[in-house]
Amino acid sequence: MRALLAPLFIVWMALGTIPAMAQDSLPPAPYAYRQLDDPAQEAKAKALMETLRCLKCQGQSIADSDASMAGDMRHQVRLRIAAGEEPEAIRAWLVERYGDYVSFAPRFDGATWPLFVVPLIFLCVIGLVLWRKLGRRA
Amino acid sequence: MIAEFGLAALWLAAALAGLQLFAGIVTLRGGEGLAGLTRPLAILQGVLTALSFAALMLLFIRTDLSVKLVVANSHSAKPFIFKLAGTWGNHEGSMLLWVAVMAGMGALIALLERRLPERTILATLATQAFVGLGFYAFLLFSSNPFERLPRPAAEGMGLNPLLQDIGLAFHPPTLYLGYVGLSVAFSFAVGALLTGQVGPTFAKVMRPWVLGAWIFLTIGIAAGSYWAYYELGWGGWWFWDPVENASLMPWLAGTALLHSVSVLAARDALRAWTVMLGVVAFSMSMVGTFLVRSGILTSVHAFAVDPERGSFILVLLAIYIGGALTLFALKAGSIAEGERFSATSREGALVFNNVMLSALLGIVLLGTLYPLLTEAFGVKVSVGPPYFNPVGAIFAVPMLVVMAIGPLLRWRRDRVARVRGPIIAGGLLFVALLVGLLVWRPFGVLPLIGLALSVVLMIASLLPLRGRNLLRLPLAVWGMVVAHFGLGLCLFGMAADSALTVEKLAAARVGEVTEVGPWQVRLDAVEPVAGPNWAALEGRLSARYRNGKAIAVAPQARSFWTPPQQTSESALLTRWNGQLYAVLGDETDDGRWQLRLWWKPFVTCIWYGGLLVALGGLLALIGRVATDLRRRAALGKIASRKDELAKVRGA
Amino acid sequence: MIWLPLALFLGFVVLFAMQLRNPAEREVESAMIGKPLPQFALRAAADVPGLANTDMADGKARLLNIWASWCVPCAAEAPQLEALRKQGVEIVGVAIRDRPDDVAQFLARYGNPYSRIGADDRSTVQMGIGSSGIPETFVVDGKGVIRYQHIGDIRAEHVPMLIEKLKEASK
Repeated sequence: MRALLAPLFIVWMALGTIPAMAQDSLPPAPYAYRQLDDPAQEAKAKALMETLRCLKCQGQSIADSDASMAGDMRHQVRLRIAAGEEPEAIRAWLVERYGDYVSFAPRFDGATWPLFVVPLIFLCVIGLVLWRKLGRRA
Repeated sequence: MIAEFGLAALWLAAALAGLQLFAGIVTLRGGEGLAGLTRPLAILQGVLTALSFAALMLLFIRTDLSVKLVVANSHSAKPFIFKLAGTWGNHEGSMLLWVAVMAGMGALIALLERRLPERTILATLATQAFVGLGFYAFLLFSSNPFERLPRPAAEGMGLNPLLQDIGLAFHPPTLYLGYVGLSVAFSFAVGALLTGQVGPTFAKVMRPWVLGAWIFLTIGIAAGSYWAYYELGWGGWWFWDPVENASLMPWLAGTALLHSVSVLAARDALRAWTVMLGVVAFSMSMVGTFLVRSGILTSVHAFAVDPERGSFILVLLAIYIGGALTLFALKAGSIAEGERFSATSREGALVFNNVMLSALLGIVLLGTLYPLLTEAFGVKVSVGPPYFNPVGAIFAVPMLVVMAIGPLLRWRRDRVARVRGPIIAGGLLFVALLVGLLVWRPFGVLPLIGLALSVVLMIASLLPLRGRNLLRLPLAVWGMVVAHFGLGLCLFGMAADSALTVEKLAAARVGEVTEVGPWQVRLDAVEPVAGPNWAALEGRLSARYRNGKAIAVAPQARSFWTPPQQTSESALLTRWNGQLYAVLGDETDDGRWQLRLWWKPFVTCIWYGGLLVALGGLLALIGRVATDLRRRAALGKIASRKDELAKVRGA
Repeated sequence: MIWLPLALFLGFVVLFAMQLRNPAEREVESAMIGKPLPQFALRAAADVPGLANTDMADGKARLLNIWASWCVPCAAEAPQLEALRKQGVEIVGVAIRDRPDDVAQFLARYGNPYSRIGADDRSTVQMGIGSSGIPETFVVDGKGVIRYQHIGDIRAEHVPMLIEKLKEASK
């Protein structure tokens, strides 16, 4: 038993003396780590959260982040879904505040039209290439 | 001493690369005398860079704190395996690995490859040396791994805790062997272009090299995906993150190249396309390296970044890729048209495959770079899974359908009517599965198609075995069957994860039972534990599957102290039909513990499928090499018999 | 046609070169510039009154400072906030995820330039105005419309600029 005390003591000391990083000490928002009671609503909320960017992280969604702001955003999403708001309305609300950067689903507008037009062009080019390469009978 | 030795070996290797390039240029222009030097130079270069890398590994193993790189990335209390693997867990070390693989590949070509005209081999080796030179320069002038500190440090700064995992031992080496192995395809393509050797022989020679690199790349990507899955703590295995895409793009190009090379080898068709893909595959590797290390894209997987180094790599890119594409544009006209074939033939199916893979590559490239493009105009957008998944599916699904039928078609010309049976059966099965799944649950479109299609694909991939003598089947055919089956299995795992995962977030008291899917998970205790360079709170859970036997599961919330960082070590319980994924969160104010639990049915199929794909490649590689060796032996026998006959007759 | 891949590649090189020279800002700008503050009413975080959006629409332009006691650069910008206050600027604060004792300790140590401080325990107001980090400072005009966002701590060189923005907002 004595043999265990020393390492355990070290462990406790280590846990206590780890330098505090710039993080808040308040508990996470209620719905940051709590699912909605209605599974259908929770599924809608989850699907939406996976497409919203965590603004303090490096390329993760708010569904995949432990940052407190991500937790607060999850809390907002779940509250609003529970109140009956549509996912796209919530996305629009966030985009209104942070711009398109916060949403991983690009809209079709003046800045992003190539994203949608280029695949169409590819389909046309593919059709052409196939017709040329394969149209000739051996 | 070791650091100086390593640096000296690197300088010497660079000098030899310069000499190798010079010898190649001189020989190609008609000069004699230097041709015999090229092969030995390449072999020596490979040995020297291997020694240099070994020197760096030794420095890390010994935690030599007089070397700047070791101080920045290592710590004396780190476990041995991470000291070793930490050699490549940083920018400079991984660039040295890059260069070592390039030189190693060059050495192997010089040692083994005699099937092409000597001029082409020399041109290939010269190209390999040319590309190597740029990266040697990058290492020696801007990323010296052997730089010493004026005074040795007292202790190192430690390795990023997220990297202190067995994944670090597997993912970078296999990925680099693949990534950089594709440089061989690049060099062969350029060498063949320069010497006008694009034809079936060239394809047969290039094929095993491409296969080898591609096998490693497949394993590397699968390993990286699995590592991120259990390390990052949220059960995600792919996010279309820029760094992930940087590894996928060479793989897409490599897969297209693999199939195109088969057409060129068997039927002497698709010449220009194959050369182009050879150039594109390694170009994607280089572009990927640039994106990951320059800092212009944000990613959770990104390396420590430095725009200055980014500029250096960009210049290298411009020279190598720009040069190769210019050469291609100038010489493509001289590549004679290959054989013709009909639309419904093996070649036709492979052309379709190639075209779709190239389109997928284009989509991934577009989506990854698009935010950069808009930022140049001051607009910030994000492109993520909601774009890549559906748009990728538009091209992937037709390609997979043809993958099911293609292997059944004959070369040169075939009739659809001949394969009508399997097509109709497959179509009916697909529709039946769709209906059955929809009746069971209202799945989303993509998971639904994925589930149904993957089952059809797995069955269809076995069809080429029908009616053939399995014992006498060429290994290459087994390889194709296994690889295509693996891809179907992988798709099944992906679709199952999207469609069937159950998530449970709970705030549990000690002794409380939480249900997730068919599991009953009880939190028995939360205890402190200590490791070599970390301390953690470990959750002791006992999980029962459908109230069966209790199995212990122990997720940890770890705190490292050099550098100070917290990680979440997830605990996995694997069954044949899925994985239980458990994560321990923080303690709440009222003494409960945050638990995150997932039941992920069939998720392991993703990585088993990936490994099967690599295995298929390995079987094909062994089969081709064995066939080639046997043919050469037989040709050798014929030649020696001819000699004997001539001697007998002459006498 | 055969030159297309090269042309595309050169386009990429130009794009990459541009991005290397002007590295993209990691910060996310608020899209609420020019829009009115959302409705909110935050309880008091310290000895000064709490903050509601109605307090910001009384005809006077103000600075809205998003901060927290656990944020290191916020301590660094405290002297600049004090300097602004001395020049007659009214500063209201929103403390993100902060305990009252920690707030009080911070203010005792670095001074209190705020006329009001609202406690935003769930980042609701922070999200509502499109702020994504701390510290950030917003210029809000007399009608409660957000006119300007300054990301990061306020340095000495930013003080005249903020006063200028306030003057513009007062027009």
